[in-house]
Amino acid sequence: MEKQLLLGDEAIAQGALDAGLSGIYAYPGTPSTEITEYVEHSRQARETGVKYSWAANEKTAMEGAIGMSYAGKRAMTCMKHVGLNVAADAFINAAITGANGALVVVAADDPSMHSSQNEQDSRFYGKFALVPIFEPSNQQEAYDMTYDAFAFSEKYKLPVMIRITTRLAHSRAGVARRPALPQRKGNLPEDMRQFVLLPAIARRRYKQLLKTHYDLVAESEKSSYNLYFEGKDKSKGIIACGLAYNYLMENLAGKDVSYPILKISQYPIPRKMIEKICSDCKEILILEDGYPMIEELLRGYLNTGVTIHGRMDGTIPRDGELNPNIVAVGLGFPDTRGPEVPDFMVGRPPSLCAGCPHIDTYVALLETLEQYSKGRVFSDIGCYTLGALAPFEAINSCVDMGASITMAKGAADAGLTPAIAVIGDSTFTHSGITGLLDAVNDKANVKVFILDNGTTAMTGGQKSAATGRIESICAGVGVDPAHIRVIKPLRKNREENVRIINEELAYDGVSVIIPRRECVVELNKKMRAKFAGKSNE
Amino acid sequence: MKKDIILAGVGGQGIISIATVIGYAAIDMGLHLKQSEVHGMSQRGGDVQSNLRLSDKVIHSDLIPFGQADIIISVEPLESLRYLPMLGPNAWLITSITPFKNIPNYPPIETILDKIRSLPNHVALDAEGMAKDLGSPKSANMVILGAASPFLEIPYEKLQQAIRAIFAKKGTEIIEANLKALQAGRDFKE
Repeated sequence: MEKQLLLGDEAIAQGALDAGLSGIYAYPGTPSTEITEYVEHSRQARETGVKYSWAANEKTAMEGAIGMSYAGKRAMTCMKHVGLNVAADAFINAAITGANGALVVVAADDPSMHSSQNEQDSRFYGKFALVPIFEPSNQQEAYDMTYDAFAFSEKYKLPVMIRITTRLAHSRAGVARRPALPQRKGNLPEDMRQFVLLPAIARRRYKQLLKTHYDLVAESEKSSYNLYFEGKDKSKGIIACGLAYNYLMENLAGKDVSYPILKISQYPIPRKMIEKICSDCKEILILEDGYPMIEELLRGYLNTGVTIHGRMDGTIPRDGELNPNIVAVGLGFPDTRGPEVPDFMVGRPPSLCAGCPHIDTYVALLETLEQYSKGRVFSDIGCYTLGALAPFEAINSCVDMGASITMAKGAADAGLTPAIAVIGDSTFTHSGITGLLDAVNDKANVKVFILDNGTTAMTGGQKSAATGRIESICAGVGVDPAHIRVIKPLRKNREENVRIINEELAYDGVSVIIPRRECVVELNKKMRAKFAGKSNE
Repeated sequence: MKKDIILAGVGGQGIISIATVIGYAAIDMGLHLKQSEVHGMSQRGGDVQSNLRLSDKVIHSDLIPFGQADIIISVEPLESLRYLPMLGPNAWLITSITPFKNIPNYPPIETILDKIRSLPNHVALDAEGMAKDLGSPKSANMVILGAASPFLEIPYEKLQQAIRAIFAKKGTEIIEANLKALQAGRDFKE
């Protein structure tokens, strides 16, 4: 069968579609966004009526998927690693309820923090929830594992996690597909109290989950995704997880080394295979593209067992993603490097696009704030976070989705008034509304700028959840309509915008200022599509 | 056959279109391919690169090891130098000489060009200027690709076919403009 060139993310999406997916729920987040985008644009999905949904946040996405699973259909939810924090309540409890129709959760981690604020390893969440995890080493496995994950989820009536990292998510390779399965008809759970987590039922469900875990370990031990390669040279054994296995093979190709190798791509950890490599080999090198999860387990708190090399003894750097060179050095092979980067090289950080509405917002905001001491602007996660960099240096925080409003409120409570929050329209609907309610209830002196560019811009322009309804949401939450001000961030409006912001700064209470102008990238896309006319498609 | 290619530029310059053409030709030839891209924050005017790997054998790593790339193809001169540690022995650097200045501390262009010219295997050309002269300023990427084409071990006709296929929807005019740009780059002599 002919292979298709797919990103790791796209391979997951295609695997899900071919496995009879009925619905996908997601909030965009790098590097997970392209999974749902692929379904959004897939003809196969359209023709077979697969539901796709850009949810308000990862929690609502996860719950949508759980609901579809309850109704007996195959559901998937996708998010970046920190998105799983937002969805964690639903996720952990979904392991207790278990699944009915398959429930597949994709967590896309970002070691080295290419587009994230931390590099947490989602495998810990899978372990914490006691659910099986698939960690593909390449695009084909991403496809195959997703395809298999649905049946696996239904076999054990449990959510299944697929964990990938940025490099696999955003790298293309040829993928061979399997036959497309029809969607399930849907059926309610056999036990109608399965999803009712009253303590008495939850206790019973949890015991069941603990019992199932033994079966999952047995599955891992016979999984075709976990492989044990015997080797003659038992001076060292190598355990490579997920993508790390590819870096290992890159280094071993064409070399005459024969260490025993254990490839792990399905969790819980295959206990017998670990026992074997640890008893066969004098020492163990562990390669994980993330936190040293297996390494920490094998090493133990006192580190008195088998000799372990990995991230915790400096053989591999403690932080950051792996690459072929890091693995080479870990194996004791020579590093290879080309010429040095010249001394005059300078960084080229990302920046706001020319014509971006946020620029005009920051210019006006900075002008009005000259009358106050510095350090009172709490920002959030989106393109406008780039306002932290020169020439603006306009913001003082970026912590997690929605934190701008709540942190501004806390700081205002501490006496830092007026406190300013800067949040995008999509981030506001993701996690800002509840914080605004807190501010209203406490009559906090906060000025909330909801930068409304009509899209989820940073991740490439997905639908924003409440376009056209921002003012009514704020009024509904209880903000005095007299203090909900819409401005148009344009250079020519600077004076007027400064005046309006100053009026609100003078008011002791909750103000919402909505600088509204379309994202220039989205505008350009629309213009191009318009001029291209009907020749496309 | 193995070709490990670093594509470099600034977010928004469209290095992926070069990768798409090479990739199409490579698949047509039955080669294995892996192409790692940058999505997300850096696309907003930051430095971006793509690792494009072609081989007649199975490719394992999505990332090219440092010191083992065969070619750097860059649409921006400063960016071409950012990836020097990726270059292998006897590797080539093909770059446009037109600076993209979106940072206040952009080094003097002559310093950059001197460094590029000091490399034993380089092709530095004014792709933007050449594309403009051809009447299609947007095809500078194809000029660069043309200049890189002798080093790719992909028959030139395969690249032409790839352009025809990829731009088919955009009409004959766009296809011809891109083919001309490709040829201009290929014919370039320093």
